[in-house]
Amino acid sequence: MIAEKYADRISKTFAKYPDKRSAVMPLLYMVQQEYGWVTPEGLVEVAELTDLDPTQVKSIAGFYTMYSEKPKGKYWLQVCTDLACALRGADEFHKQLKTHLQVEEGGTTDDGLFTVEHVMCLAACDKAPMLQCNFHFHENLDMEKMKVLLEQWRNEVNAAVGKPVES
Amino acid sequence: MPNIIYREKDVPNIHQFDVYTQNGGYDGLKKALGMTPVEVINEVKASNLRGRGGAGFPTGTKWSFIPQSEPVKYVVVNADESETGTFKDRQILENNPHQLIEGALICAYAIQAKAVYIYLRGEFWDLAHTLDQHIEDAVKGNLCGDNINGSGFSCMVYTHLGAGAYICGEESALLESLEGKLGQPRVRPPFPAQKGGGLYGEPTVVNNVETLTNVPWIVVNGATAYKAINGNEQSPGTKIFCLSGHVNKPGNYELPMGVTFRELIYEHGGGITNGKKIKAILPSGGSGPILNATDEVLDCKLTYEDVVKVGSILGSASVIVMDEDTDITWVAAKITKFFKHESCGKCTQCREGTYWLDKVLDRIMKGEGKPTDIDLIMNIAKNMQGVTLCALGDFAANPIIWTIKNFPDDFKAHIVTKAPEVAAKPAAKPAPAPRGKAAAPAQGGD
Repeated sequence: MIAEKYADRISKTFAKYPDKRSAVMPLLYMVQQEYGWVTPEGLVEVAELTDLDPTQVKSIAGFYTMYSEKPKGKYWLQVCTDLACALRGADEFHKQLKTHLQVEEGGTTDDGLFTVEHVMCLAACDKAPMLQCNFHFHENLDMEKMKVLLEQWRNEVNAAVGKPVES
Repeated sequence: MPNIIYREKDVPNIHQFDVYTQNGGYDGLKKALGMTPVEVINEVKASNLRGRGGAGFPTGTKWSFIPQSEPVKYVVVNADESETGTFKDRQILENNPHQLIEGALICAYAIQAKAVYIYLRGEFWDLAHTLDQHIEDAVKGNLCGDNINGSGFSCMVYTHLGAGAYICGEESALLESLEGKLGQPRVRPPFPAQKGGGLYGEPTVVNNVETLTNVPWIVVNGATAYKAINGNEQSPGTKIFCLSGHVNKPGNYELPMGVTFRELIYEHGGGITNGKKIKAILPSGGSGPILNATDEVLDCKLTYEDVVKVGSILGSASVIVMDEDTDITWVAAKITKFFKHESCGKCTQCREGTYWLDKVLDRIMKGEGKPTDIDLIMNIAKNMQGVTLCALGDFAANPIIWTIKNFPDDFKAHIVTKAPEVAAKPAAKPAPAPRGKAAAPAQGGD
């Protein structure tokens, strides 16, 4: 339950706005942070906290692309393939990344680590190809740099579960 | 010329509160607090500062629309920077955040607002959390929050994160989103400045990040000095130009308004990549008409008035440059996909129009276009213009209408030849920039 675990953050969030409803988007982020995606239970929690109907909360979660309504990989890789990035090779980079990880658009690798999808402009057009991983930007990429990053993330996961770090 | 907005180029670490205040930071706010609110509005009005979000509306005039008699008013900062090719506000938020906070508080004082909300696009997740720290520093320095600098004026600044919706850059959709609703535009009037039209129904000023970041300089140095920066009465001051696409040095350039496309692209941007020739320019990201890069266009001054004369708009000055190998039909298809994805779905013409434009363009890009498709596209696009609640319908129609008008041969090449080999092979692929990917995989909504 986010109500207990995030009590401090939630009260600070409510204090920002004269209307409880404004907290719905920050609360949805907390649900996503807690469960990895916006779960049906999470929707109900947000609805109760904001005095809204769960259907209303669901419509909001569905409208905005940064809320995920299904489980994603541990690393959610969102590649910008919009015009300005595409002019600098982003489409090709996106394709190579999918091939490298052997996933379809929007798919997740078998080990559950990486989800790859394309997104619209991320306001980093001068540093393309770029992507956003779990809301952090990685810029001026090519596949060589990307492989280093992927390895780094795999190692982080392995370290977290106590596995020996593979090179 | 010193930078007005990107001061980090002259003063390292100006994002830090102490460095900012040691270098004249918050002097504008302090000065404003010693003036009457009306005097502040009049100074900004006299400067002819125009909205940097794209519309170019005079800022002081916008502020003056707020009814002073209303007890509750708000300032909302539009940091939902999402237009394709726009990345200027992010640099301000990263490197000179206190000047934005200061500008927003000057606006708040001028309209006697109760609070400031900075609405950041969700992807600025890291930035928003850093910005919270900067706001806290300003509060500790008594330059934000209660009884600012002992003036008796109190106003708090809050950040609010969006969650990935281009439409929330449209001011009424942004307000809806901030209220915890779907980001869909409102019917106007009432306008945000009016009772019933703003945030929580209260009169509200919605200003872009870059716009407000200009304000402290104007208050400190005066309207006359601001207009003297470039000597242009109608488009005064500097502008940040976001340069992207096929240029050697993409990036943000703060330059006096009135610089030409040629100076921007060749002197500052280092020219076209791989020594190619320039073919086309999108001066205002995806939403403005595309220009054929003729000598006349290249010599056009980048001001609100001059860009209109050559057939486009300055907008947010997101200049996307395309070289001679670029297939403009592919460009149109890319932009159309963007708008199809970002249409909020409220108005039928935009929702259905973007869907059908995308469908027909997909067909053309696959080499399956019909000779009647160009007329069909024009028909759909024209039926989207001027009939929707917000400008997205027009934004989505504009690029397609102007790509067909200005680059008819690019379209004919796809339709007349109907050659699958043309469709399968991009025109040219000098690394690292494949373009004209005619057989691009279908990109569904995500």
